[in-house]
Amino acid sequence: MAEPMRIRATMAGDVADVKVLMNHPMETGLRKDAKTGQLVPAHYITEVNASVNGAKVLQAGMSGGVSKNPYLGFKVKGAKKGDTVVVSWVDNKGDKNSAEAAIG
Amino acid sequence: MNALRRNVLKGAAGAGTVAVAVAAGLLKPTQALAAAPRSAFEAKSVGDVLKNMGTAAPADSKDISIKAPDIAENGAVVPVEVTSGIAGTSMIAIIAEKNATPLVADFNLSGGAQGFVSTRIKMGQTSLIRAVVTAGGKSYTAAKEVKVTIGGCGG
Repeated sequence: MAEPMRIRATMAGDVADVKVLMNHPMETGLRKDAKTGQLVPAHYITEVNASVNGAKVLQAGMSGGVSKNPYLGFKVKGAKKGDTVVVSWVDNKGDKNSAEAAIG
Repeated sequence: MNALRRNVLKGAAGAGTVAVAVAAGLLKPTQALAAAPRSAFEAKSVGDVLKNMGTAAPADSKDISIKAPDIAENGAVVPVEVTSGIAGTSMIAIIAEKNATPLVADFNLSGGAQGFVSTRIKMGQTSLIRAVVTAGGKSYTAAKEVKVTIGGCGG
């Protein structure tokens, strides 16, 4: 699962507006394959962590109830232009991904 | 534009199988993980979710606003934005009350993160979207109904 993850972080006043788009199928384990009729095994992100300049700002838990290719938006006060935002996730199969971006 | 349309159709396909799978008891337990209690994510009723999160009786609050469409044409992708005006908001959870497993996601905020989260969720059918907020050891809640014309819990 080394699909790219996109992060866009912009300053709006003294608050950084961070938008993250993760690439993930987010299978609930309840959906059947249209061709085989078999259940598609559950495969979804369970945990997302975000930090700004190394300080944790967000820890999210997710279920299969989050849409495919999850979008996540959050706001961080006190961040500055040029600060580094790092976002990483882990899914129920143990796959991981991480990406970083500078606040612009 | 066509590609988008196709995605929407793809998202809707297979939605009908969800109810069947739920009825057959095929809900899969997931393994326990370090984050927020996974038991809350496996709970099948709103009451159990709140109990597992340790927020059994949240107080109604007008300081929480939920931005979501009144009518969602595609239940596979329902944009939800929760803003909490409560000082010291440390956790925001999003619950789709009639989903097979109602707890969709929880967000623990720290280090300057504002009481705001925005995401996109799946909804199996028309239901209330409930936001639960923890601030200063107390829990608060608010809800908004979203009508779903095509269910999307199956992805």
